[in-house]
Amino acid sequence: MLSVTVLIAFFCIATALAFNFWRLFAGPSLPDRILALDTMAINTIALLVLLGIHQNLTEFFEAALLIAMMGFIGTVALCKYLLRGDIIE
Amino acid sequence: MPEILIEAVISFFLLLGGAFALIGSIGLARLPDLFTRLHGPTKATTLGVGGILVASALHFSTGGRTLSLHELLVTLFLFATAPVSAYLIARAALHLRAPSDPDKQRLDRTGAEE
Amino acid sequence: MNRLVPQPMFSLFLWLVWLLLVNALDPGHVVLGAFLALALPLFTARFWPDQPCMGRPLILLAYLGVFLWDIVVANLTVARLILGPVGRLRPAFVTIPLDLKNDFAITVLAHSISLTPGTVSAMVSEDRLSLLVHVLDLDDEALLVQRIKKRYEAPLKEIFPC
Repeated sequence: MLSVTVLIAFFCIATALAFNFWRLFAGPSLPDRILALDTMAINTIALLVLLGIHQNLTEFFEAALLIAMMGFIGTVALCKYLLRGDIIE
Repeated sequence: MPEILIEAVISFFLLLGGAFALIGSIGLARLPDLFTRLHGPTKATTLGVGGILVASALHFSTGGRTLSLHELLVTLFLFATAPVSAYLIARAALHLRAPSDPDKQRLDRTGAEE
Repeated sequence: MNRLVPQPMFSLFLWLVWLLLVNALDPGHVVLGAFLALALPLFTARFWPDQPCMGRPLILLAYLGVFLWDIVVANLTVARLILGPVGRLRPAFVTIPLDLKNDFAITVLAHSISLTPGTVSAMVSEDRLSLLVHVLDLDDEALLVQRIKKRYEAPLKEIFPC
């Protein structure tokens, strides 16, 4: 049972990533693309955790945690850049 | 009996998580402007990944090994950071005046811009 | 006591995070985690200029319960809105006047608003007097403001009285 549900969940996340990818290409504005990247990072965490369940390995957890942190920091940095680029000191 | 029950619970969380993550991304692709698009990823995707992480914690805790709760840490982290990301993206969009036609007049009336 | 442990709640939180991170309950990690939890707030005390004072920790637990329930409800609501007809959405910005004064309390309120039904907080005004919130499907502005103030701001005011 579990192996089937893991596959279904894989399919859901992969489709979600495809939608995010489309938004990343389509834009139209920069914040849209940042949002798409942020969502992709979150979905990638789900993908990694699913892989961990699928292969019965706990080693993927650290990678998931790192992606969570880096995704967040990347989003913050990009937004800060947009905010600061707008206000010219 | 308990084993099949546990597997059912794990499967439930996996399906729930996958479905919510997918719905969040559909919202991101489908909704008309940036501010409405913000709603999908901040809520649905976060809960979706949370569901999958809970499933993982259950799976590794019941597999005959010791208790494994560190997935909760990622869940906690995501729930703490998703609103911050959304807030920053919204602020950046307000600064860049991202097109959001239906709200434009209302936005001007409420004096959102500094 | 207060000088040695400036932020007891923060220390407790750090200790739990450490134990979760190593994913083990060995005595060694318990002690190491406790040491880090005590040392880190001491060394970073200067980065925390205004401490929120905790009034009623028990209300915080009740608040967390309401909050978790609302997250689940929020997701069902948003899922229905996303999958429904997009043209019928009524997105709008709403300004919510703030009664909270403490920065930390305002942050918690903005967080709660972002994670609960159909609302994302977009901007705190410079003077900390109002919060701009984006609503996915607005029904009645006054009702929404009243609901947020009653459901989230009132308990937060009791939890962080200053």
